[in-house]
Amino acid sequence: MADKLENIKSGNMGRGNLSFRIFKDRLFKIFVFVISGLATIPLLLILFYIAKMGIASINWEFFINLPRPPGEVGGGIANALVGTLILILTSSLIAIPPAIALGVFMSENKTKSFSKWIGSGVEILQGIPSIVIGIIAYVWVVRPMGGFSALSGSVALAIMMIPFIAKSTEETLKMIPLHLKEASMALGVPYYKTILKVVMPAGLSGIVTGVIIAIARVAGETAPLLFTAFGNHFMSYSIFKPMNSLPLLIFNYAGSPYDEWHSLAWGASFVLVVMVLLLNIISKILSKRWKVKF
Amino acid sequence: MESKILKIKDFNAYYDDAQVLKDINLSILKNNVTAIMGPSGCGKTTLIRAINRMHDFTPNARMEGEILLNNEDLYQMEPIIVRRKIGMVFQRPNPFPTMSIFDNVIAGYKLNGIKLSKEDRNNIVEDSLRKSAMWDEVKDNLHKKGSFLSGGQQQRLCIARALAMKPEILLLDEPTSALDPKATAHIEELISELKDYVTMILVTHNIAQAARISNYTVFLYLGELVEYDKTNKMMTTPKDKRTEEYLTGKFG
Ligand SMILES: Nc1ncnc2c1ncn2[C@@H]1O[C@H](COP(=O)(O)OP(=O)(O)OP(=O)(O)O)[C@@H](O)[C@H]1O
Ligand SMILES: [Mg+2]
Repeated sequence: MADKLENIKSGNMGRGNLSFRIFKDRLFKIFVFVISGLATIPLLLILFYIAKMGIASINWEFFINLPRPPGEVGGGIANALVGTLILILTSSLIAIPPAIALGVFMSENKTKSFSKWIGSGVEILQGIPSIVIGIIAYVWVVRPMGGFSALSGSVALAIMMIPFIAKSTEETLKMIPLHLKEASMALGVPYYKTILKVVMPAGLSGIVTGVIIAIARVAGETAPLLFTAFGNHFMSYSIFKPMNSLPLLIFNYAGSPYDEWHSLAWGASFVLVVMVLLLNIISKILSKRWKVKF
Repeated sequence: MESKILKIKDFNAYYDDAQVLKDINLSILKNNVTAIMGPSGCGKTTLIRAINRMHDFTPNARMEGEILLNNEDLYQMEPIIVRRKIGMVFQRPNPFPTMSIFDNVIAGYKLNGIKLSKEDRNNIVEDSLRKSAMWDEVKDNLHKKGSFLSGGQQQRLCIARALAMKPEILLLDEPTSALDPKATAHIEELISELKDYVTMILVTHNIAQAARISNYTVFLYLGELVEYDKTNKMMTTPKDKRTEEYLTGKFG
């Protein structure tokens, strides 16, 4: 007993003396540091390369002009920029209400088997490849409507957003302590008002963060738009007509044989990357700012 | 002759098939503090949550019998009305973290969508905070978040929030068990003073606390009501052997 205590005091626990263990500890830390450094190098290279190729083609004209035919300089990506914004807006409008409702339902009815079925359904939906979702939107929306449209593209993106937002809403609301709900109920507040006015505001930061990350995820999706929004060389504001988007423009122009279009594609890639990065940063800031302490 | 504000008649409670309250008969007297005492798991929380129908949200809980508030059966009334007439303070302070102190106090009105004039609102907030002995501490910070207060202050804020609804009965489930001795003393003092406004039912593990602040004491044991008497009488000359054993610390 006394022996053991002496050992602990001198740092002599088990094998090896203290300085050797500190050495091992250091070695391991350095190892982890170097490996994680190596792993980030390709990521940084990609970012650097996109920035290098993209920034060259970016100027004011780039944002306000439409793409020009091959051989002409000075084209821009205005239609794709507007298209991406409209697609994101429309798909958010379609996805957010049902997705949040689903999330609330799942967190409020954890034990019901029906809710478990819905939970697995949501997970399966999350795993479906985006190209398949594009085909589904084609069958459900494009064919009945008789043509490609931004609306059908938004439906495809919304289908991708719903499971993500539902899951993040569920996870957020599950973390909200029961005693908060009870506090409201004990004041005679009806159940639905308790959910709307107490539980959801307490989870607002998590819900909003989930929405923003969902948007960031679909902003770069190409596959679901190929046979839905389709793409458009001209400016279009109508959700019932084909519409361009940043990833569609990149897809179409990067595969073309023309240098002017290549540089448009690089510029668009850079804009897209910055956009997604900004969305992620915003979500981080919001989730800190609006964090509720219980 | 003191009036009986609440009568519990032949009351049984079950979780799934396990019976946790057995044939409880009890009348609570108006403007008194009634302490409910007993060893852990004897059904104290179950009993007081039955009084404002909080079990409605526990799917596996089942209640039998009657609880009459001023001779009206609670289980025939709208649960929402019941909870406005019978307020509750919980073991852990639970102010609404997204609301200011002011909004916490009138949360019962706000969340229920009850419209109040600005004057009424201010009066209710001031009155409730004065009753919960908090007004002087927070009157300059009414629009700050309630979650920055100390634990004891948060609990008094929760009492103020319950008082703001002008309840007939206030239920307190071990309101001081999460607090330090000083905050506990403060809450105990407060409960003694509040008797004039509201009838209180207090669950406590702490025999000394029951002795200090309650007029009547109920002793529950394994879901049975063993003894109910004036506190000083029960503390000095308990009738039942089990009460005596509990009071002398033989179990608990
Ligand atoms: N939701 C529930 N489902 C099943 N059993 C429960 C539930 N809530 C409580 N019980 C059981 O009912 C019995 C009484 O519980 P209760 O919480 O009323 O006791 P208590 O006297 O308040 O105890 P404590 O002093 O520890 O708070 C206990 O055996 C408990 O395990
Ligand atoms: Mg209890």
